[in-house]
Amino acid sequence: MSEEIVLSIYRGDADGGQEVEYSVPLTPGMVVLDAVHQVQAHQAQDLAVRWNCKAAHCGSCSAEINGRPKLLCKTRLDDYVGQTVHILPMQTFPIIKDLVSDVSWNYEVAKKIPAFKPATAVPFRMQQFDVDRVQEFHHCIECFLCQDVCHVLRDHDAKDEYFGPRFMVKIAEYEMHPREGGDRIPLLAHEAGLNMCNVTKCCTEVCPQHIRITDNAIIPLKERVADQYWDPLRALFRRKKESPTNQSV
Amino acid sequence: MAAQELATLESHQYDVLVIGSGGAGLRAAVQAAAVPGVSVGIIGKSLLGKAHTVMAEGGVAASLGNLDQWDGWETHFYDTMRSGHFINNYRIVEVFAKEAAERVLELEEWGAVFDRTPDGKIMQRPFGAHTFRRLAHIGDRTGMELLRTLQYKAISQNIDVFQEVTVTKLFRDENGAVSGALAYYRATGKFVLFRAKAVVLATGGWGKLYKVTSNSWESTGDGAALAFRIGAELMDMEMVQFHPTGMVWPPGVRGLLVTEGVRGEGGLLYNSEGERFMLTYDPERKELSSRDVVARSIYKEVQAGRGTPHGGAWLDITHRGPEFIKRKLPGMYEQYLTLADVDITKEKFEVAPTCHYTMGGVRVEPETCATNIPGLFAAGEVACGLHGANRLGGNSLADLLVFGRRAGDGALAYIQGRDDVADVPGSEIEAEMQRVLRPFSISQGENPYQIHEDLQEIMSNHAGIVRDQGMLEEGLAKLLELKERAQNMAITGSQVYNPGWHAVFDVQSMLTIAELIFRGALARKESRGAHWRTDYPDELPEMGQWNFVQDLDGDAVRVREVAVPVMPQELAQLFERGMAPGVYASQQQAKEK
Ligand SMILES: Cc1cc2nc3c(=O)[nH]c(=O)nc-3n(C[C@H](O)[C@H](O)[C@H](O)COP(=O)(O)OP(=O)(O)OC[C@H]3O[C@@H](n4cnc5c(N)ncnc54)[C@H](O)[C@@H]3O)c2cc1C
Ligand code: SF4
Ligand code: SF4
Ligand code: FES
Repeated sequence: MSEEIVLSIYRGDADGGQEVEYSVPLTPGMVVLDAVHQVQAHQAQDLAVRWNCKAAHCGSCSAEINGRPKLLCKTRLDDYVGQTVHILPMQTFPIIKDLVSDVSWNYEVAKKIPAFKPATAVPFRMQQFDVDRVQEFHHCIECFLCQDVCHVLRDHDAKDEYFGPRFMVKIAEYEMHPREGGDRIPLLAHEAGLNMCNVTKCCTEVCPQHIRITDNAIIPLKERVADQYWDPLRALFRRKKESPTNQSV
Repeated sequence: MAAQELATLESHQYDVLVIGSGGAGLRAAVQAAAVPGVSVGIIGKSLLGKAHTVMAEGGVAASLGNLDQWDGWETHFYDTMRSGHFINNYRIVEVFAKEAAERVLELEEWGAVFDRTPDGKIMQRPFGAHTFRRLAHIGDRTGMELLRTLQYKAISQNIDVFQEVTVTKLFRDENGAVSGALAYYRATGKFVLFRAKAVVLATGGWGKLYKVTSNSWESTGDGAALAFRIGAELMDMEMVQFHPTGMVWPPGVRGLLVTEGVRGEGGLLYNSEGERFMLTYDPERKELSSRDVVARSIYKEVQAGRGTPHGGAWLDITHRGPEFIKRKLPGMYEQYLTLADVDITKEKFEVAPTCHYTMGGVRVEPETCATNIPGLFAAGEVACGLHGANRLGGNSLADLLVFGRRAGDGALAYIQGRDDVADVPGSEIEAEMQRVLRPFSISQGENPYQIHEDLQEIMSNHAGIVRDQGMLEEGLAKLLELKERAQNMAITGSQVYNPGWHAVFDVQSMLTIAELIFRGALARKESRGAHWRTDYPDELPEMGQWNFVQDLDGDAVRVREVAVPVMPQELAQLFERGMAPGVYASQQQAKEK
């Protein structure tokens, strides 16, 4: 008999539920998603789970494994030998069913961010070192694990006050693009709620793409907001710079 | 149950309805919605930004000529026709080769950030059977960049996005034109009706028919099956691409793609005896030969007993050094390290062919992507004609952009002057609901997951990388038996996010498509590109004149030979010099000097 591993998977929906134990034969290199699929095929046809790529590219299979926000397809079971593996849906979002949570709020937030607005026509001439910084942000797979772990959203449920780390990364991506002509600093200072973040770095710790969310996106954005809003000299300069456009519109 | 649902049915109406939110669908939606006043809806089975396109790695092919100034559309055309073994539709290829570069630049304008050349232009990497360095890329996650860029472009426009919604049926009105679609929300299981003046199909391919595949669960051929069932013509269905390099070990990752970028960046293939076998099979192009050739070569090495421990070949890129590998192939590095405990900067690793792409699909017009059904357009992997018998790496992403846009334009032109949206009769809707809900009322039936597994078994053993008459006939017989069993698929649980129920529909699509693969493969009595028959090992000129087109004749599948369009002289002459147009031009200039 091959070795078995015990999974304790949350089964339920908006009306409640509980963890249910399933035992699955362990094969070499197995990831948690493989085991969940095993359960689905042989023990619980209707077990709900999201996935697409099985290669940590799509960000669909986010869940909480033994309390840690992780991708099911990137988490090896050999890390858990001898333990029960508890698998829960992301807790910061409403549950739909079993391991599937309702992440639609994130898509609503995405719509509030003004699109990239190039200041010059393509083709761009940009050096690799000019784009290295923003390319890091382009690694985001929108798994929303950072959103899941961020205490502003998770513990304080302040979803109407803060867009969350994923979208700071998105805004940084646009703002730091060498050819960007738009300005999202007022958005950051107000509706996006950047000041809600108190730089705990929990988001960076869980990011499966190793994006240094806090150091490379959030902190530089905070500096830009501070420059524009709190540095009196710069603020004056900014007002001067803005006034002609203000008149023309 | 169905009658009740009909009374409270949610319903939407659009000028242009796009089914599929991968690269092709999003590009079509973006195009259609650019015209003020045109209402556009787009539907996907997954969340927005998760479609199969997100997995594409190596790059998007376009003759920008940023590194190789001699590249141009003629050479891209030349490479694509040659790799397709000349059963491609030349006009589709011509349009494609001419427009790809512009479409890539458009992505840059919308925010995509490609890797750069030393002088600051978009970087291009070499890829199998492309004469020049041609694939614009972002490390090894080009598909994600493409999809994300289009996703954010789309949400900045006035487009209604339906996420996790599965379309189960297309409708035609009394004049035969497409009139809408019935679907259900995966989350709730509730039905939803879409009525539309024009429909763009962009539902991707059907790699999930095979056991070892690089494809995501979505690739079940729904769109092709939906269109086929209402009378669309499908073509080249026998043409299934096996990518030479999929992961082999551990078992859970079997089939996962190892991007051709590894070979593009210098990776070399060895057999168990340490021989660089591609030097024998294709001395000129070696590891960067076309996919059909490399996949077959690995297959032959394994058959001859020179395979790796788990039945593949060794791929080795260690000579490029850790820094280079981590910068150019970060995803591959990470994928092997976390999933297979292999550090590809230090060790060689095992690869074997994996089902990757389906060249066949819905037959379309080159200019507009129109199908034979009025109002129905198709673009991307679900459509057919660009790749012929073998797709070139990087040509799919460019395909999505070029023909996504053209399908959007085609739909826009079609709806001009059409004020009314046809009604869909309640009886048709109710019948479809009943069909979709039937598995709930069957007790002790077949498990859809099991049927899927059995289907994959049949396809892998009988319509895989190697084929012959007996093998195909036996496979078809088994398939028809399986189809009978599948009539009786049953499921448990409720309509709320029920993957077992979702699987039933996916399996039905795949069963429809599988039969067409067999019938096409039986009809093509030769070897050409990806279609390799040991009983007809040669490419036969008389067979090269035909595409096999399949449609429904009553309930039966009809297979027809349709002539491959013949190139006009100005294109045909590109092939007369025995070398790529760009290479010829550069040699001419060298001579003049
Ligand atoms: C691992 C991998 C790597 C690749 N790398 C490259 C590369 O480097 N370069 C390249 O050019 N090509 C590459 N390809 C191929 C390329 O990615 C695909 O061919 C292409 O993305 C297909 O795009 P599409 O828009 O046609 O369809 P898809 O991206 O497959 O999207 C299909 C859409 O249709 C929806 N859909 C399907 N059925 C239904 C239904 N019944 N109801 C509602 N919606 C439905 C899906 O949910 C999805 O949104 C790669 C493929 C794979 C698998
Ligand atoms: S650093 Fe900021 S965004 Fe990240 S988890 Fe902490 S509070 Fe949230
Ligand atoms: S920033 Fe990282 S954790 Fe957050 S959504 Fe993107 S990939 Fe996921
Ligand atoms: S399935 Fe795509 S990230 Fe896990």
